[in-house]
Amino acid sequence: MHRIKLKINGKGFEHEVDSRLLLIHYLREKARLTGTHVGCDTGNCGACTIIFNGKAVKSCMILAVQANGAELTTIEGIAQNGFHPIQESFMDKFAVQCGYCTPGMIMSAHALLLENPDPNETEIREAIEGNLCMCTGYQQIVEAISHAAKKIGRSEKK
Amino acid sequence: MYPNRFEYFAPTSLQEALSLLSIYQDEAKLLAGGQSLLSLMKLRLANPKYLIDLGHIADLNYIRQNGDKIAIGAMTTYAQIKDSELLRKDCPLLVKTASVVGDVQVRNRGTIGGSLSHADPAADMPAAVLASGAELKAVHLNGERWIKAEEFFVTTFTTALAPNEILTEIRAPTLAGHKTIYLKAAPRPTDFAIVGIAACLRLGPNNRCEGIAMGVTGASDKAYRPQALEKALQGEKLDFYTIREAAARVTEGIEVNENIHASSGFRSHLAQVYTARAIQTAMNS
Ligand SMILES: Cc1cc2nc3c(=O)[nH]c(=O)nc-3n(C[C@H](O)[C@H](O)[C@H](O)COP(=O)(O)OP(=O)(O)OC[C@H]3O[C@@H](n4cnc5c(N)ncnc54)[C@H](O)[C@@H]3O)c2cc1C
Ligand code: FES
Ligand code: FES
Repeated sequence: MHRIKLKINGKGFEHEVDSRLLLIHYLREKARLTGTHVGCDTGNCGACTIIFNGKAVKSCMILAVQANGAELTTIEGIAQNGFHPIQESFMDKFAVQCGYCTPGMIMSAHALLLENPDPNETEIREAIEGNLCMCTGYQQIVEAISHAAKKIGRSEKK
Repeated sequence: MYPNRFEYFAPTSLQEALSLLSIYQDEAKLLAGGQSLLSLMKLRLANPKYLIDLGHIADLNYIRQNGDKIAIGAMTTYAQIKDSELLRKDCPLLVKTASVVGDVQVRNRGTIGGSLSHADPAADMPAAVLASGAELKAVHLNGERWIKAEEFFVTTFTTALAPNEILTEIRAPTLAGHKTIYLKAAPRPTDFAIVGIAACLRLGPNNRCEGIAMGVTGASDKAYRPQALEKALQGEKLDFYTIREAAARVTEGIEVNENIHASSGFRSHLAQVYTARAIQTAMNS
C-alpha cells in the first residue's frame, strides 16, 4: 500500500492505495468522483480523459500512485457556478446523445482551449482524435467546441 | 482490467533507479509514460514483480544543444518534442514524427525513451532515430555506453539494452540543411503504422543525392535502414524514375510482416509507394 496526496479540482485528497490501482478507479471509487467514465480500459476510447498537471491524459493509462503530488482537473471541476461554457455549448449544439463520451470530450476540449483559445476546425479535430463517440458522428461536437471558444472569447472581452 | 500485484518504487535519482534494477533484474520493469507497459500489464502479458517509475527523476527530461548535436532526455514526451523550437529548427524530423504518434493524450504521456526501449515493430519514433543517425546512451551501475540506432533494434520488443541498463539520452546530429520527412500509412490517423518511412536527404546541385538515410517501420520484426535502397540513390540525380526504381528495393532482404491490416505483398507495395512519396516530399520540403 502507498499513501498518496494530490489535488483534485483544487481540493486536497489523501488515501492509502494499492500500487496496481488505476487512476480512473481511484477517482471513481476512492475520491468518489464518478463523472469521469470508463469506456474501454485499454487507452483507446478517451472516455476517461482528465487534466493532469495541465495536460489531457487518459486516466486508465496511469496508476494512482503516479498521481502522488499531481494536480488534476476532472469534469466535476470545470464549472465555477452552473455550467461551464463548453458544457452549455454541448447542450446548445446537440453534441450529446447517450453521453458516454461526453465527460472525456469536454475535458479534451477544455485542455485545447486552455492552450489555444481560438482553434480552427482542423485543430479541434486533432484535439479530439483520442476520443471516440459512437453516437454523434463528431460534427456537432466540433461545432460545440468552436461555439464554446467564441463564447469564452466574448465573455473575456467584456 | 487491472494488473497483477507488484511492488512500486518511485526513485528520485538515476543512481537509485539503477540500484533497484540491479537488485531485481529480470523481475523488475521500468515505467516511463506507461502508454505501452500498462496496457501489457492490464492484459497480464507483462507481470513484473517490481515496477520502477522513472517519472520522478528530474534530470531525464530535457532537450538541449550539445555542440553540433541535440541531446534529448529519455523521459521527454512526444508533446515536448512536438513543441520544441530547438528541434523544429535543427532536427525537424523528430518533430514531424512525434506529431503523428497516437493522439493528444498518448503524446502527453508517452516518452521517446519508452518508445525506443519498447521496440514495437510498428512504432514511429524508431524510424526517425534511424534516419537521423542518432546515438543512444545506455547507463548501468558501473558505467555507460553509446549504441548506434542501427544496432539498437534487435527484433520485436527486443533491443540491445541489457536487463541492468537504462536508456537515458538520445543524441541526434543537427540536420539543418537536410531535407526530412516522416510518412505513415495507418488504418486511422491515431493507429500504429502499417508502414512508416522516415527520410533524410542532403541534396547538391541538380538534385544530386549527396547523402541519404532512411528508416522503415511496420514492415518487419524491427525498424531498419534499407541499405540497398540507400546505396542505389547515393550520388545519383534524384528524378522520378530513379526514385521509383530504387524504391522497389526498400524491402530487399527483409521478411515482410503479414497481419489483419495487410498481407506481406500489399505491405511491400505500400512500403515502395510510401518510400518514393517520402523522398519526393522531402525534396520539395
Ligand atoms: C491509444 C494508443 C495509441 C498509440 N499509437 C501509437 C502510434 O501511432 N505510434 C507509436 O509509435 N506508438 C503508439 N502508441 C504507443 C506509445 O507510443 C507508447 O507511449 C510508447 O510505445 C511507449 O512509451 P512510454 O513512455 O509510454 O513507455 P512505457 O509504456 O512506460 O514503457 C515501455 C517499455 O519500455 C521500457 N522502458 C521505458 N523507458 C525506458 C528507459 N528509459 N530505459 C529502458 N527501458 C525503458 C519499459 O520497461 C517498458 O518495457 C500508442 C499507445 C496508445 C495507448
Ligand atoms: S477508458 Fe481510458 S481510454 Fe477508454
Ligand atoms: S454521445 Fe454516445 S458515445 Fe458520444
